[in-house]
Amino acid sequence: MSHHIVEVRNLRHVYPDGTVALRDVSFRITHGESVAIIGANGAGKSTLLLHLNGFLTPTAGEIRIGDYPLTKATLPEIRRTVGMVFQDPDDQLFMPTVYDDVAFGPLNLGLSGTDVEQRVKDALEKVGAGHLQEKPPYNLSGGEKKRVAIATVLSMSPDILVMDEPTDGLDPHARRQLMALLREFSHTRIFTSHDLDMVLELCSRVIILHEGEVRGDGPPLEIFRNDELLARCRLEKPLSMQGCPVCGGKVS
Amino acid sequence: MASIDGALLDFKRLDRLATGDTAIHRLDPRAKVLATLVFVVTVVSFGKYEVTPLVPFLIFPVAMVALGNLPVAYVIKKIALLCPFALVVGIFNPIFDREVLVQIGSLGITGGWLSFASIVMRSILTVGAAIVLVGVTGFPGVCLALERIGMPRVFAVQLLFLYRYIFVLTDEGSRMERARKLRSLGKKMEPGIFGSLVGHLLLRTWQRAERIHMAMLARGFTGEFHTRRDTRFGGRELLFLLGWSTLFIILRFLNLSQLVGSLVTGISP
Repeated sequence: MSHHIVEVRNLRHVYPDGTVALRDVSFRITHGESVAIIGANGAGKSTLLLHLNGFLTPTAGEIRIGDYPLTKATLPEIRRTVGMVFQDPDDQLFMPTVYDDVAFGPLNLGLSGTDVEQRVKDALEKVGAGHLQEKPPYNLSGGEKKRVAIATVLSMSPDILVMDEPTDGLDPHARRQLMALLREFSHTRIFTSHDLDMVLELCSRVIILHEGEVRGDGPPLEIFRNDELLARCRLEKPLSMQGCPVCGGKVS
Repeated sequence: MASIDGALLDFKRLDRLATGDTAIHRLDPRAKVLATLVFVVTVVSFGKYEVTPLVPFLIFPVAMVALGNLPVAYVIKKIALLCPFALVVGIFNPIFDREVLVQIGSLGITGGWLSFASIVMRSILTVGAAIVLVGVTGFPGVCLALERIGMPRVFAVQLLFLYRYIFVLTDEGSRMERARKLRSLGKKMEPGIFGSLVGHLLLRTWQRAERIHMAMLARGFTGEFHTRRDTRFGGRELLFLLGWSTLFIILRFLNLSQLVGSLVTGISP
């Protein structure tokens, strides 16, 4: 299933004001991988994510999603393949009801009637939000909004899920619920996050971005044990890997 | 700003009403938009001193509210919210136009008061019809209908975006105003600060609008808005449109109020 592959080659992006957001980024993510892209503020994470869906055009370099290079012609297909969940669910939920919002994508894909209904039902069911379908999005809690935002993307049956800070702004319980949900997905998953404990639990691979370059790429435990690398990239170990501040216990 | 927040939330309720599932809701939006259009044009076409012929036109909004199962108190409140504008427009008429046109016993009603009443009546009717239309169709539905009737798609999408961004804009605005208030210790807003606030608001709204647009594109938005109900303009729609239009035109040329009045009192007009 080669269409689940994301390949970025020598990606460079310079904003119109001259800021170099991405210098030279290359990586290849294969089917079913769960990858976290981490880095300090301003490291280029968001810029990178915006490239994966064609919102920004590379200044240099190439992006391939599945078998296609990302070009204007392949954009509609790629946008269906890559489901993007934004950091602020309020940006993503713009229709009068949850149902309409989840149906927005399938309707744009040209589906109709019972097909749309089935997809909306399945997507909401999957995120445990079936009971919310007639509610207007602005009446939902933060955790519910996040789950519905994920459903709006799932209803388009993407192969690759891209999420910007999925656990941002959630209370501990909602965060746990969301993590349990994300763990179940079989899609290729790409997250950006500052929640390194979530990364440790959910991801099989971590890519560190710093000053627009890839500085580290490997299994989470390996990356998080490299103190020198983390310090250089203005990062810290996940809390669960740090010694307990109360009992002083150390994790090896 | 709490009141603006409140009014906004209340406005969103109108959109929510449109998700109802009555016979009126299920009609193709085009039929409702066109019927409302005919209604507004006929109501507006009355002469400036005519009041009584307008009264029977209440049947349209009232019937739609009843059939569409809309909350009556809510609709009346929404109409009342817009009434002050009509009052301001008409308030000078009684002062400038003092010619007595109707004599009831010893009480003379001047043309000014008549035209004032006519303006208020017409605003209630047209505003009421518009609110009811959105309540039984939903704004996206109205836009869709306008596009299908022949309005260029660019305008239809513009309208939709305007509608979405009004909420976004007022949300951002009320948050900024709250932040200013908390740090201004009860001082009034200075013009310079107001300018900066509005400037920031524009830029922020712009940024958010861009993000919303991205989210729409990510889900395959191509400039076409789909609604959940796939309706077509069939026999029921035609009946609805022709039925109401015929009634409006009859009411336009036949003063029903006077007719009923003369039947009751036995005096021919």
